[in-house]
Amino acid sequence: MSELRFTEDHEWLRIEADGSVTVGITAFAQNALGDVVFVQLPELQHYEKGAEAATVESVKAASGVYMPLDGEVLESNPELTDSPELVNEDPLGAGWFFRFQPTDASAVAKLLDQDAYDRLIKANA
Amino acid sequence: MSTESLKQTPLHALHLQLGARMVPFAGYDMPVQYPLGVMKEHQHTREQAGLFDVSHMGQIRLVGAGAAKALEALVPVDIVDLPVGMQRYAMFTNESGGILDDLMVANLGNDELFLVVNAACKDQDLAHLQKHLGHLCEVQPLFEERALLALQGPAAVSVLARLAPEVTKMTFMQFAAVRLLGVDCYVSRSGYTGEDGFEISVPAASAESLARSLLAETEVEAIGLGARDSLRLEAGLCLYGHDMNAQTTPVEASLLWAISKVRRADGARAGGFPGAETVFAQQQQGVPRKRVGLLPQERTPVREGAEIVDQDGSVIGSVCSGGFGPTLAGPLAMGYVDSAHAALDSEVWAIVRGKRVPLKVSKMPFVPQRYYRG
Repeated sequence: MSELRFTEDHEWLRIEADGSVTVGITAFAQNALGDVVFVQLPELQHYEKGAEAATVESVKAASGVYMPLDGEVLESNPELTDSPELVNEDPLGAGWFFRFQPTDASAVAKLLDQDAYDRLIKANA
Repeated sequence: MSTESLKQTPLHALHLQLGARMVPFAGYDMPVQYPLGVMKEHQHTREQAGLFDVSHMGQIRLVGAGAAKALEALVPVDIVDLPVGMQRYAMFTNESGGILDDLMVANLGNDELFLVVNAACKDQDLAHLQKHLGHLCEVQPLFEERALLALQGPAAVSVLARLAPEVTKMTFMQFAAVRLLGVDCYVSRSGYTGEDGFEISVPAASAESLARSLLAETEVEAIGLGARDSLRLEAGLCLYGHDMNAQTTPVEASLLWAISKVRRADGARAGGFPGAETVFAQQQQGVPRKRVGLLPQERTPVREGAEIVDQDGSVIGSVCSGGFGPTLAGPLAMGYVDSAHAALDSEVWAIVRGKRVPLKVSKMPFVPQRYYRG
């Protein structure tokens, strides 16, 4: 199922066929950050929900990318090391950050759906 | 600070119309970037021409036969012999030799000096000038009266020459009264990007029409404070309040070049500025720490405030400005380090999110300056 879920920190999550979850930042988030020049990717290890798993740096500032749920990071996007601009160019695709195995697989469905996230952005605007 | 209490420059409506992202800066609501984005704005300035609104900065006129001599008592710079039509970089020092602000001083002739000071310091600078110079010359703040535009980049001269052909004859740091679109302006061939270019002081009421005319030229894009910062950092230029402050002297800030020969310990008009003894003693004996350029040896940007450590992990300094240089295509920084580690090519480390990032002490500017010297 490729329906996206979202966090209030402007991350998107997609459940893959094998039950793992891919994470990136939303189009809204990359636009707010501006030109991304560096991404520090997570270690392949367990992180608790809310931990700063990755860092994304624009020309001006560094921002955390937080672990959306408890889980084990399985893989990070190696392309971002040399091409951090992918986060701006294709935030929902080639600009993904990492893939993790959530400790509680059912927790993903409880995150914001597209409608709820769109309302959040509107409220922030 | 709420948006309502922020001041606006005469170009505020234009920024909004251009789609700028506005941020509070030094008490003003200022454009940090336009839809082009910081990276492209930076590159556009280096390749063609960028227009910056720097009207938040303080413009002050000093008038009177004693103005130059009086100002010399506050800065370690030769003002008395500053030729008419020339501009010079200076700094106000305090009794300990610390830097109260840095500024540009131009000689307009007819016993008039024209100063540009930092936005965040302008009220304090005005009070400082009135206190020490008020009885010796007229101190005229032009804060509301005039706007300041910067047109920077290799195409700046051809663009501005369409309005005033005589600007092509100006060289770096020259200053002239120039009529632009029928309005009396002051133009200096200088800036804060490391590129050739101009700063234009224009009456507030005419600022928007001048800015619109310049933006209508195909080479010109509006550039925000984000790119202004990355451009000046690549050029190795200091930002007051970050790269120097009232606790750092010109010697520590590696600004010794800005102290005029005649004002140095062995000069014809030695000293006579606040903190001269301290500055001279430091010049002779050295300083415990100084400002250096730093190049991260990895892609990780190293930001202001990051601790700098030596091989053993002992703290030897901190980063004062840092980020990513779009022209350099990599991270870059400036920092204060113990003088023992200040030699070129010294290896030091910054602590970023708990990890060590290797840095090399590097010469500045990071990107060659391209001033027009004739």
